[in-house]
Amino acid sequence: MTTAMLSIRGLAVTVEGKTILSGLDLEVPAGEVHAVMGPNGAGKSTLSFALAGRPGYEVTAGSAQLDSEDLLALTPDERAARGLFLSFQYPIEIPGVTALAFIRTALNAQRRARGEEEVSAPDFLRLAREKAAALKIDFDMLRRPLNVGFSGGEKKRMEVLQMALLSPRLAILDETDSGLDIDALKIVAEGVNAMREPDRAMLIITHYQRLLDYIRPDRVHVMVAGEIVAHGGPELAHELEREGYDRYARRAA
Amino acid sequence: MSLARAISTGELAELPSRRQEDWRWTDLRGLVRSLPPPSAAGEARRAGPFATLADREVVIVNGRGAEPVMLAPGESRVVALRIVAAQGAGAHAARILVNVGAGASLTLLESYEGETAEYLSEFDLDIRVAEGARLERIVLADEAADAVSVSLANVEIAPGASLAQTVVGVGAKRQRLETRVMHKGGGAAARLDGVYVLEDKRHSDLTTAVTHEAVGGATDQLIKGIVRDQARSVFQGRITVARGADKTDARMGHHALVLSDRAEVDAKPELEIFADDVACAHGNSVGALDEDALFYACARGLPEDAARALLTAAFLAEVIDRIENQDAREVVRSFVEARLEGAS
Repeated sequence: MTTAMLSIRGLAVTVEGKTILSGLDLEVPAGEVHAVMGPNGAGKSTLSFALAGRPGYEVTAGSAQLDSEDLLALTPDERAARGLFLSFQYPIEIPGVTALAFIRTALNAQRRARGEEEVSAPDFLRLAREKAAALKIDFDMLRRPLNVGFSGGEKKRMEVLQMALLSPRLAILDETDSGLDIDALKIVAEGVNAMREPDRAMLIITHYQRLLDYIRPDRVHVMVAGEIVAHGGPELAHELEREGYDRYARRAA
Repeated sequence: MSLARAISTGELAELPSRRQEDWRWTDLRGLVRSLPPPSAAGEARRAGPFATLADREVVIVNGRGAEPVMLAPGESRVVALRIVAAQGAGAHAARILVNVGAGASLTLLESYEGETAEYLSEFDLDIRVAEGARLERIVLADEAADAVSVSLANVEIAPGASLAQTVVGVGAKRQRLETRVMHKGGGAAARLDGVYVLEDKRHSDLTTAVTHEAVGGATDQLIKGIVRDQARSVFQGRITVARGADKTDARMGHHALVLSDRAEVDAKPELEIFADDVACAHGNSVGALDEDALFYACARGLPEDAARALLTAAFLAEVIDRIENQDAREVVRSFVEARLEGAS
């Protein structure tokens, strides 16, 4: 049996002295898309930030491995270079750097870290044009400062564009559906589906089942109070949508 | 009282001191114990930073060589104005007249070049921008670390005229770059931007005073800077909207990144409004790099040092991007990036 691409065991995380995750187990094999669903405050974003290495998210116990390598020993940029990508729930605005320059700088930093050759400006532009068109992003937006003045939906599309250009091994999408209207949701979902590959895993973190109508997960995990309390197939998402999280919340309490 | 007067009279008592409100953070009287001898004639050894961009160059070395810049109505020119402190510099002052005739367009590329050490210098400009004329003034002030340098521009902009200014300073022992604008309104517009990048014990003082005298003028100001080590920056921005200068639109922003515990930023934004129906806003912030942005960039694969450098350059780029003359903008961008790299 091969180990999963992402393997989390007994992960405990505190933020500002408060325990948010308390012994979380999760495995995502290569080629699969898993969803983590849970109510507000369950610790879903804490999980994604802890995996990405955000300062202030202190791991007090457990392990997290990507391709059998200890993720927690790496800096955030090293994790990115190993193929971890986090799509932010609230993407950051960076005045003074165009989206194109930002993504190309990030891509080449990752490639340098992996000992690969940098992507030339013309090759990058070609690729960016192609991916932007697929996500229905006006190419001129890429010449503007990253995310500055963009709508919520535009920012999320820009996250998925970055994901497409950085081509990660493991993509974590943190509440990518929040703030999206139905058209934007479909476009984003198509972009994500286009990236499904035998050699890539995805973890979709969401409160609602809505996004999962368009991105069909292989597995659904229910997270309550910092733990995974149930697993199931895609039908579990619909059950949660119908019945809510109360049943699980009571069990956790 | 002024540095120029102290230099011409040899009287230390003429130096601006902290007893004057506008000079309290740049106290020259308390600093200068004796005046160096008057500067000898000198020669600039290097080409100026804007050498290839101008169709005329005025070079003032050690206070000598000043000649007016006069544009006839409708004329369009790019003029490099170099104020050089070369070997032989002690104390010197100079003054020039810049006249942009009606409907004319001038790009003034002004550079302060410290080729030597320990000099005292004042350079004054009297600038008139006539009706419908346009002036873009880009100032690159690269003084020696132990110099004391003052630049004072008095600008009068006529109705329908525009002034777009970007002042870039890296400080000195004391560096003061002051602009006073008499704003005649009537659709006239002034942009008064600035950038500073300070390291070691350098001091930079950007002072602006804009007076809106008549109806319907606009002032837009964005100043951004970075201080490291034990550097100190001073920003004083005053916008006065006189009685009757209705429908004035004035915006002022000053934002500083403080990258060391021992660096200092003193800022005094002032809006004095005596008119009705005006739109005025000001913002001032002093802080460190945004930790959320830093993590975002790192999470996308940038090592922390590279992420800091990117965000620092980006912080200043917002001002540099507002420079209209494309070639000059790139000269300024390279200059600032080199200072950022040198300082990191």
